[in-house]
Amino acid sequence: MAHIQINNLSREFVNRRKKEREGNGLDYGEKVSVLENINIEVEDGEMVCLLGPSGCGKSTLLRILAGFDKQTSGTVLIDGKEVTGPSSDNIFVFQHSGLLPWMTVGENVELGLRHMEDEQAKKVEIQEYIEMVELDGFEDHYPRQLSGGMQRRAELARALAVNPDILIMDEPFNGLDFLTHMKMREEVVNMHQFLGKTVFIVTHDIDDALIMGDRVVVFSKRPSQVKMNQKLDFPHPRIVFNKQTELSQLRDELFLMLGVSYAV
Amino acid sequence: MMTETHSTLTKNIAPVLSFTVLVLVWEATVRLSGWDTNVLPGPYKVLESMTELIANGSIFKHTVASLFRVTLGFYIAAILGIPLGIILGRSQIASILFSPVISFLRPISPLAWIPLAMLWFGIGDKPAIFLIFLASFFPIVMATTVAVHSINPTYFYVAANFNFSRTEVIQKVVIPAIIPDVITALRLSVAIAWVVVVAAEMIAVQSGLGYLILDSRNGLRMDYVMDGMIVIGLIGLFLDYIMRRLSRIESASWGVKQA
Ligand SMILES: Nc1ncnc2c1ncn2[C@@H]1O[C@H](COP(=O)(O)OP(=O)(O)OP(=O)(O)O)[C@@H](O)[C@H]1O
Ligand SMILES: [Mg+2]
Repeated sequence: MAHIQINNLSREFVNRRKKEREGNGLDYGEKVSVLENINIEVEDGEMVCLLGPSGCGKSTLLRILAGFDKQTSGTVLIDGKEVTGPSSDNIFVFQHSGLLPWMTVGENVELGLRHMEDEQAKKVEIQEYIEMVELDGFEDHYPRQLSGGMQRRAELARALAVNPDILIMDEPFNGLDFLTHMKMREEVVNMHQFLGKTVFIVTHDIDDALIMGDRVVVFSKRPSQVKMNQKLDFPHPRIVFNKQTELSQLRDELFLMLGVSYAV
Repeated sequence: MMTETHSTLTKNIAPVLSFTVLVLVWEATVRLSGWDTNVLPGPYKVLESMTELIANGSIFKHTVASLFRVTLGFYIAAILGIPLGIILGRSQIASILFSPVISFLRPISPLAWIPLAMLWFGIGDKPAIFLIFLASFFPIVMATTVAVHSINPTYFYVAANFNFSRTEVIQKVVIPAIIPDVITALRLSVAIAWVVVVAAEMIAVQSGLGYLILDSRNGLRMDYVMDGMIVIGLIGLFLDYIMRRLSRIESASWGVKQA
């Protein structure tokens, strides 16, 4: 059985603004369909990269997966069970920082381990995860004292410390400079190979998807449908710039699909 | 841009300079106006009578009385107002029930309550404390509610994601998130409370800086009136300084951008 099963999922939003502005009955409660009949299956331990134009509903899908939002129709099954609400089994890494700014890096990472009885073991474990993302020495820093990339890594450490079954990441490399982006991406790939967790990751960077993904899913414009769903059976590390490979042809195809004719 | 030493120097010297100018203008006004010193006492006379008030201890007695009332009224307002603000911010039902009442009571000046306060509590500390409570309670409740409403919703998602209990949400998200805004509100309302205590003491009590001013006016001692005003100003500065120190505590200053 697949780890995550998304069946005929749709999500509509009620357009409240028009209702207030016009109120002539025509637009009253007009529905905007964002996701339409989405079907995706994710294997255990798979890293799925979701691509799609801005505003197509990628974040919305992730929020439904995490239990923060409810679909209008269809089902989401995780391990065969319907998602009913947020759970620490599925940790969400936010598009904009989700670190609690009034807690230090150490305290943030501790959130996922706060029920551990043994204080000593807890400390060791916190340290372990902080070292995993190379933030040792920054345990007592507040998020605002870290660079954007370090904040992202701290949030990743916090997410991993819960030992979730699924990691849900919404544009985790958003706002990072080029090199930090590359490094973070490498770290996520290493983390994934090492821990083998199921990862559902939204990105707007095609290379991210090709380099990291075990599967790439592309959404169309709103109302979004699955435009492509393809397994990427290529070994890591991957090179996408060599024009000869199958992977780079796929890259060109993807750019074209997303409306860019001359990929760099 | 100013250099580091330059700016500290300016910071320390500028107030001294402006106060000196104030005193000089005061002295000049006294001399040029030709008013009697009983109507407009000069700086020297006021200083002289201040030493009198210090020597006989009455200025301390009145200051302590005023500070006691402000502190008590303000504490009660904060202890009741902050939790109420949190409840109104978190619970829609509570907000629908109580917010209209609070919005209605808030714009009524605490001074308008003086007759009722005196009728209910008589003459003494109690009516003054009650008025100070009223003066600070509503601003604190409103500011706390607004602060709760403006918490970034992401933090509540994080809380849900990490299976926070209700108490944990309040302890680990709501309270730390609103601390900077609440401290600002406390700072503003302590200033209001300090203004109100003087007014309250002019009517409802027989001690305190407000009473000192009123009593001195009745005795036509304008120098004592001005002594009272000076002490009120100084204490006001001092209260503001304490509140500003409070907002610099590290765990309360998370909202401050890194320099
Ligand atoms: N609470 C809401 N009420 C009404 N409309 C909403 C709501 N949340 C999202 N939408 C709409 O749903 C659409 C999809 O939003 P979503 O945030 O999922 O897009 P996205 O694919 O993540 O975009 P981006 O790549 O820019 O992050 C948007 O057009 C947005 O206007
Ligand atoms: Mg998004």
